Amino acid sequence: MKIAVCMKRVPDTATRLTFAPDGQSIDTSEVQWVISPYDEYAIEEALRLRERHGEGSVTVITVGSSSSTKELRQALGMGADDAVLASCDEPLDPIQTARTLASILESRGDDVVLFGRQSVDSQGAQVGALVASLLNRPFVNDIAAISIEGDQVRIEREVEGGREVIEGPLPIVVGADKSLNDPRYPKLKEIMMAKKKPIEMVTPEPGAAALETIAFTPPPPRPDGRIVGEGPEAVKELIRVLREEAKVI
Amino acid sequence: MKIVVWIEFTSGKVKASSLETLGSARLLAESASGEVIGVCCGEGAGEVSTTILSAGAHRIIVREGDSLANAHSDAFATELSQVATSESADLVLASATSSGKELIALAAGGLGTCVASDCISISCEDDSLITERPIYAGKAHHRQKWITSPAFISLRPNYGEQVERDAATVDSQEATGKSVLKRTAFVEGSRGKKELTEAEIIISGGRGLKEPQNFALLESLADVLDAAVGASRAVVDAGWRPHSDQVGQTGKTVSPKLYIAVGISGAIQHLAGMSSSRTIVAINKDAGAPIFSVATYGVVGDLFEVIPRLEEELKSVLQ
Repeated sequence: MKIAVCMKRVPDTATRLTFAPDGQSIDTSEVQWVISPYDEYAIEEALRLRERHGEGSVTVITVGSSSSTKELRQALGMGADDAVLASCDEPLDPIQTARTLASILESRGDDVVLFGRQSVDSQGAQVGALVASLLNRPFVNDIAAISIEGDQVRIEREVEGGREVIEGPLPIVVGADKSLNDPRYPKLKEIMMAKKKPIEMVTPEPGAAALETIAFTPPPPRPDGRIVGEGPEAVKELIRVLREEAKVI
Repeated sequence: MKIVVWIEFTSGKVKASSLETLGSARLLAESASGEVIGVCCGEGAGEVSTTILSAGAHRIIVREGDSLANAHSDAFATELSQVATSESADLVLASATSSGKELIALAAGGLGTCVASDCISISCEDDSLITERPIYAGKAHHRQKWITSPAFISLRPNYGEQVERDAATVDSQEATGKSVLKRTAFVEGSRGKKELTEAEIIISGGRGLKEPQNFALLESLADVLDAAVGASRAVVDAGWRPHSDQVGQTGKTVSPKLYIAVGISGAIQHLAGMSSSRTIVAINKDAGAPIFSVATYGVVGDLFEVIPRLEEELKSVLQ
């Protein structure tokens, strides 16, 4: 079984952001980088699929800064076999990222390509779907379970009002949700071994952008709030302001 | 400007977020002498279209057919991209629900472009479409300009505006989209659960609830307010609540009209996920909790005393 996982390095979610003075970018000089949390579920599930089938390979792929080798090594430490880095220090829009990934994936012949359901920085929840469309393969986001029997795949996911089961043939592209698994922590020995695993460097093929950045800005400040009171005695006043001032109930 | 709007419905009822999307499309069209074309696909679409004739569309295209029975979203995405192409759309819009986001991304990818996802504002300046979207769960806003056409945009629920206009005409067509995937089973959830990202009111609980069973207090209050129940990362990680209830940067980003945070101190990644809510109420016994820094209204006190009183008073007021 041949498996690819597309992952992204993102600022840790505890990070406070600072903005470049020209508003054209977010200042990342002080940022602590991590693998985007949903991508960790994708990596873990790829490893489990390989383990369950007793054979196969897991390749982790990323598009981004040349420093992403650190996060790729972390995925290799979890157990991935090899990695591909399309190094690009210019910001790409989602279709440029998708084209770059699709050009890497096109000739590989993976049975399964996994993404996280969305990155926790740009949060578009779309690159997996775009890549699947470009490769003309089916796509399911937010998956909570996946199993493979022969060339058939069975997926479960939580949707409004319940849980749906989706079935069809391989190959497939999926987006991992949090309920899929608990990602493993790499052991020291595996981290040492990961240093010898190959990272292939490729030239990105992004093509033209569809979107142009005007500015990154901090969110508008929230209007000042106030304490309406203490304890259960404050409830009457709370209901009054919600009805008369905020008009939300 | 031609705007094609995807209309999402479940059990014969159009979602409020789709009505908002239609309304926002109409307002944009009126400022740019444009036309709004609604797209309603799947089993029962014809009947559903008659319930939204005056919701802002000039025309509604209905597509029904056997190929859409139990089909996965890629079949519906094909319908949407076909309409976008045949109508020479300048803009394709959907509501940024889970299924809306999946579908519009597949449709955009099929036409070789991408989506400005989960936007909170769309405007037209000098013939260019400008979008603004929160990123990093709201720690930053990203303003972008479309330099290719058509533009694909999904609009965050609770950020649109419903309108009422003259009735649309309806054009019925045969569906042709096919899916290699099929939905083979559907297991209904235990409660008719509201999707957090679309809820108008959310009540979220954190560590302050002390024990998982105490979430019953919030469930009960939620029934009175017709609200959805969310949770902080701490209680989801502790296994008290399902991950699908988690609000925050590693969970769901929500923007309800009213967000009530109960026993949540307000870690930065939680604040990021909910601080674009219109009105925020914080109930916490620690007056120094960071949650009060984003709250519109705060109550300092023991939630085990405040919540039952709140439910009791609301019951009598809302009757």
